[in-house]
Amino acid sequence: MAVRTSRRMGYEGVVLAAPATTPYQRFSKETAHWWIARALRQSLQSAGLSPRDVDGFSVASFTLFPDTAVGLTQHLGLTPRWLDHIPMGGASGVVALRRAARAVQAGDADIVACVAGDTNHVDSFRRMLSSFSRFAQDASYPYGAGGPNACFALLTDHYMSAYGATREDFGRICVAQRDNALKNPHAVMKKPLTMDQYLSARMISDPIALFDCVMPVSGAEAFLVMREEDARAAGLPHAHIRGSIERHNAFPEDPIQMRGGWAMDIDELYAMADAKPDDMDLLQTYDDYPVISMMQFEDLGFCGKGEGPAFVRERDLTIAGDFPHNTSGGQLSAGQAGAAGGFIGLVEAIRQVTGAAGPTQVEGATTAMVSGFGMINYDRGVCSSAAIISGAGT
Amino acid sequence: MTDAILPPPKKDPQKRTRTQTLPSGLRSRAALGLTAAAAEGRFMLQVCGECGALQYPPRDACSTCLSTELPWRDIDPAGKLIAETTVRTSTNTYFRERTPWRVGTVRLDAGPSVMCHVHGDAPRGGRVRIINRLDKSGQGVLYALPPEGTPNMEDDPQLREITADPKFRRVLITDARSENAVALAEAFAKAGASIIFIGEPEGWRPYPHRAALDAIPNVQIVPLDVTDTASVAELAGEIGGKTDILVNNARFVRPGGIMDRGDTVFARDEMEVNYLGLIRLAQSFGPAMRGRGADGDNSAAAWVNILSVYAYSNMPAFGAFSASSAAAYSLSQCLRAEMRPGGVRVMNVYTGPTDDAWHQPLPPPKVAPAALARSIVSSLKDGLEDVFVGDVAKDLIERWRAGAKVLEREMSETDGGGA
Repeated sequence: MAVRTSRRMGYEGVVLAAPATTPYQRFSKETAHWWIARALRQSLQSAGLSPRDVDGFSVASFTLFPDTAVGLTQHLGLTPRWLDHIPMGGASGVVALRRAARAVQAGDADIVACVAGDTNHVDSFRRMLSSFSRFAQDASYPYGAGGPNACFALLTDHYMSAYGATREDFGRICVAQRDNALKNPHAVMKKPLTMDQYLSARMISDPIALFDCVMPVSGAEAFLVMREEDARAAGLPHAHIRGSIERHNAFPEDPIQMRGGWAMDIDELYAMADAKPDDMDLLQTYDDYPVISMMQFEDLGFCGKGEGPAFVRERDLTIAGDFPHNTSGGQLSAGQAGAAGGFIGLVEAIRQVTGAAGPTQVEGATTAMVSGFGMINYDRGVCSSAAIISGAGT
Repeated sequence: MTDAILPPPKKDPQKRTRTQTLPSGLRSRAALGLTAAAAEGRFMLQVCGECGALQYPPRDACSTCLSTELPWRDIDPAGKLIAETTVRTSTNTYFRERTPWRVGTVRLDAGPSVMCHVHGDAPRGGRVRIINRLDKSGQGVLYALPPEGTPNMEDDPQLREITADPKFRRVLITDARSENAVALAEAFAKAGASIIFIGEPEGWRPYPHRAALDAIPNVQIVPLDVTDTASVAELAGEIGGKTDILVNNARFVRPGGIMDRGDTVFARDEMEVNYLGLIRLAQSFGPAMRGRGADGDNSAAAWVNILSVYAYSNMPAFGAFSASSAAAYSLSQCLRAEMRPGGVRVMNVYTGPTDDAWHQPLPPPKVAPAALARSIVSSLKDGLEDVFVGDVAKDLIERWRAGAKVLEREMSETDGGGA
């Protein structure tokens, strides 16, 4: 595909504010509607707004059925003039940001509430897997029904044999995130994780073991997109959008996923943000399995392809380290609340660059990269997204 | 190397028989093309009719040129296992009960990568060949085998889930009096069947090959007349719970169509054996077999119907017999649907004229009993659902697929050999 040459319009004048996270629960008897309402309310309250002030609404959720964002407007009593439903799972956070920002820039909406949330009933994960997508139904679920564990096991197995990564390399990512999670009071995982525990955990789908897998939970995340002048007027801490990218079904000719769509667009992201990898104070990757975080280190330009294992050996990925990564513990240690897993890194990054991350705050952080990855439609994640945001810091 | 399975222990009657659970049978309509190919054991994928691009997973439009013309074609099954995993926990009960389960990604030499089941002997990172077979839910699945045969390869537990290997299984073959009985019994004995029950109608009436049947190892001749409901029910009461493979071999064949017969006596006999016989067997043996689909190494595995290929298109010289075969064929589709929850395969073996007294005037090629028996056993080992034995049957099905109406007209010209 030809490299883009035309310069894209920036996101000047639009900001992100009011990050909200409802504390996750392993299982919930409540519905996605309930979780989304909680996060929306928390976000609006922190901004001193009421539901009537919201004229744009963006939703990402897997478990709203039979509702969509449409049903939610009536359910939650919203009357937006701009409405979006983003079925992109782990890529939905940055995609929501992109679309909402353009709507605000164009004046189609003044305040867009972006919310993602899902509930996790005792049997809902199994039921979601069996009919996740048509290709999954036809061509992956009948093969062991291992779900994403098995799909990522295949990618991990291939990555290990292609680039000589070891389980310990992936363990470094997981152990560091657990360390971060211990500082996050809302994280589902509360116990420390040692490398020995990581390596001796039971196999789930070789070479993926217990601590390589996210735990499905119930939860929701939210943030607001609005004009900078409105955020300033309200005295709201806010983050600027320096640049963003999204890509779907990149590199379909790769026999197995070795890279995500970021690799197609990363130069454009840095150019748009007028930044380079070293400028990032922290990175929030989509981390349902450590192999995909490692691919993001590579595809987002922090190291070369195949250098991920060496990179994690050399860098300290904890909050106080030289490469703070998934500072809230990420999905691996905070839990994967369905589509909210596509928001967790972004919402945490907004907190970080606005100096509002509390116990997980990276000292002096003003610039963050957030990347999203979503939808194992068959054998690989189809959606990828990334954004660079910055704020005033502490 | 695969560990050889051992003779299953005697069943403990106090233990609950494990219920058959199934892998997911949900498929899109396009994906059923894989299932249709799997029924005959063919590895087929969609190939774009316009740009020639291979498609996988099955689609409704070409992912290269958006053409909606996507016919299924036989594909080179060679490939390389580029990634693998062993699933140790699954959300699906069927797999959860059968873990560890090996799956992998195979890059086909022909182009696309496929996710598939992987045989235990397939070398890690090595060459494999793909087969397409029906799983327990009756849907087509891809399976990677080592490029060459390996010792005890057929005993791989994952492979046995998609085959109906007679090894250590107990077989009931109906109609001891038929010309096929000896060949069938010999073939099953050679394949390692542990007991071969042969149903014998009218035992008081002698027939030439009874001594030969009796001499085959593991054969037990039992009374069974498929035209007699009580006889079928009585035998099912005795051995229905240990019938793992049933070969519905009883056939009543006479030449003739409608007008040259002048009465309905033979037509009744044909329906009595070929159609109602199947119903009687299915009503008596079907429920127990369906309930034992997951009953260990000698679980109920397959129901075999030997049908005339003229079930597809009537051969007027054997017109009434063809009609009874068509009725049995239609019924076999019903039986398949009813057996599916138990994971028991209904395999139809279609044959052209067989080499026996009633087809004596017909010209060759004809199917010899030994060839029919070999085909049945190898197809069970291979896990097939539709089998066409002999050149006549293979030719007829090709012509039927090309155009059923054209074939109908051609069949009216077919020489019945003066019969």
